[in-house]
Amino acid sequence: MDMDSFELGDLANPRCYTEPLDIGGCDPVLLRAQLRMMLLIRRVEEKIGDMLAAQKIPTPCHLGIGQEAIAVGVSEYLRPTDRVFGAHRSHAHFLALGGEVTALMAEILGRDAGCSRGMGGSMHLWGGSVGFFGSVPIVAGTVPLAVGAALAAKKDGESAVAVVYLGDGAAEEGSIHESLNLAAVWKLPVLFVCENNLFSSHMHISLRQPSNRVARYAEAHCIQAATVDGNDLVVVSRTSDDMVAAMRDGGGPRFLEVVTYRWRGHVGYREDNDVGVNRSTDLTLWKRRDPIRRLVDALTMAGGWDNHAFHAMDEAVKTEVEKAWQQAETAPYPPASALLDRVYAERH
Amino acid sequence: MQSGIDMARVNYGSAIREAFVYLLDRYPKVFVIGQGLWAKWYVGNSMTDLDKFYGTERIMDSPVSELACTGAAVGASLCGYRPIVVHPRMDFMLYAMDAIVNQAAKWSHMVGGQAHPAVTIRGIINRGGEQGAQHSQALHAWFAHIPGLRVVMPATPQDARDLLIASVLCDDPVLYLDDRWLYELEEDLPPVVECPLEQEGSRVVSRGDDVTLVGAGYSAWLCREAAAALQQRSISAEVIDLRVLNPLDVSTVIQSVEKTGRLCVVDGSWSSCGLAGEVIARVSETLSPRKLLGAPVRITLPDAPAPTSGFLEKLYYPTLDTIMETVARLVIREGVHAKAVD
Repeated sequence: MDMDSFELGDLANPRCYTEPLDIGGCDPVLLRAQLRMMLLIRRVEEKIGDMLAAQKIPTPCHLGIGQEAIAVGVSEYLRPTDRVFGAHRSHAHFLALGGEVTALMAEILGRDAGCSRGMGGSMHLWGGSVGFFGSVPIVAGTVPLAVGAALAAKKDGESAVAVVYLGDGAAEEGSIHESLNLAAVWKLPVLFVCENNLFSSHMHISLRQPSNRVARYAEAHCIQAATVDGNDLVVVSRTSDDMVAAMRDGGGPRFLEVVTYRWRGHVGYREDNDVGVNRSTDLTLWKRRDPIRRLVDALTMAGGWDNHAFHAMDEAVKTEVEKAWQQAETAPYPPASALLDRVYAERH
Repeated sequence: MQSGIDMARVNYGSAIREAFVYLLDRYPKVFVIGQGLWAKWYVGNSMTDLDKFYGTERIMDSPVSELACTGAAVGASLCGYRPIVVHPRMDFMLYAMDAIVNQAAKWSHMVGGQAHPAVTIRGIINRGGEQGAQHSQALHAWFAHIPGLRVVMPATPQDARDLLIASVLCDDPVLYLDDRWLYELEEDLPPVVECPLEQEGSRVVSRGDDVTLVGAGYSAWLCREAAAALQQRSISAEVIDLRVLNPLDVSTVIQSVEKTGRLCVVDGSWSSCGLAGEVIARVSETLSPRKLLGAPVRITLPDAPAPTSGFLEKLYYPTLDTIMETVARLVIREGVHAKAVD
């Protein structure tokens, strides 16, 4: 697209970018691993959706079904020593780094075996061992924290980077602009990944911003930015690989805007076709721009892959998800002492 | 003072600077970030030339971005650093409330105690001199309300130094609130002895039998001065410096009021839902009314923003005279020789 444009153009048009991905030059083994991760994320979130519908999960859950290619693509070239921060819709960000499904499920159920030891739920995930430094539901809350993690990385001098996922709504918060400015003026290795799914809760971006291309804010802060199809795993992987490599070499911050669409409502399991804006026509079209189906089609066209292989993978993933859910459901709650013991590092 | 220990006379502002020097010399993970750190006048004498000694990478003067700088310090603290954020005036720190209250304060709890933001946020109370409503606030009670934060308010040069060191070495987020009205206060300081912040709390700073005077920061200094002056009137006041407002421990206050039967709390901030009310509430919850010789009183700001006019300012802030008159009324009304019932 024309990067001088303030508009997303075809990237926001669900009738475009629906064809199988261009996987020329890609490693087929890596692609299949990435496909499996996307599928795992989707089946996990579908399971969570089902359990929300069955009222087995009280905590608010924000599902990112339809957006799986972003976390999988961005995480591919990250290391456990990097520092990744999420937001309210971060199941995928946690899982794509290698966070355990059982730990996520147990967290959502408020169990001690959860990734945040049952204290955070869906909206406060933590995975220190895989480089997931935390997610929070205060919109843009982690963005300055990631800038600080990048500052720490720069002080360490060991080429680690920080990554923060934010949404198009977060771009409307003042802290984003302070953070972009700090990252730029101090040349910090932080990758801002803006998942532009065109909606903040029920509000379409056209009702919130004079332009629908969020990367313009980064450019205004002299940060190199790219706006790409967030439902194209290959493009997301390649672009973030280039950006992270430049950051490791001291190139300063980067801003990656990935255009996508969430299939469910802002929060909960429903598709929310009637919340504020009628999304049903667009949603039907966006489901044809499915990041998983487009990769499956590309693999099939390339040969050595077929429906049978896909279903075998899918069945294995579903079994893994079911098993994780059952383990989580039977895990114990945190002890009552956790209520006070975890407020401070040291009891007073 | 003990003999055999090297004492050095310093004032409150330079005691703060000594803490910075101590920390920066010994702890490579300490760095400082905030506005005005390379300027001469933002923070009095409390950080003079630190940038020249430790370099601008460890003493980081910053863009006008209180939220991002505070948030960045929280983020760096999650990566093993011990940053000190400096807000030369507490009023501007309000831009950073999300980083302080939503992020730093909650982090340990909401991630199950697996990560702790070891960040120190220094907010300076800087008021008077006709600076007006937005350059005068003392908002310590807000932060004392929030579980997960620690809040310290040094009232003496030694505490200004030692509590800053303890704050930075503490694994929890700490609000360190110092007061420009104390910067010239002098004291002979012994060498630094590191002490864990979680072991620090309120302290009896002068003994007395007739009334318990409680304050923190500048108010604690006022209480000490008032106690000294009240001796001339044969009123014996016990003074308690709260020092640490969160987690708040009022056990020394309770013990003292049990003895004196009278309580006067001084706070240089507002009354409603404030620190003075909290202290009085906790004493009232614990002590039988029979132990009290009179209703507890609080001396605070009137419930109005700080005025600009010097004439109104004189009416606005608690003074030594206000405290002495209030205490004298409390003691004389109830009879100075009356004793609490056991």
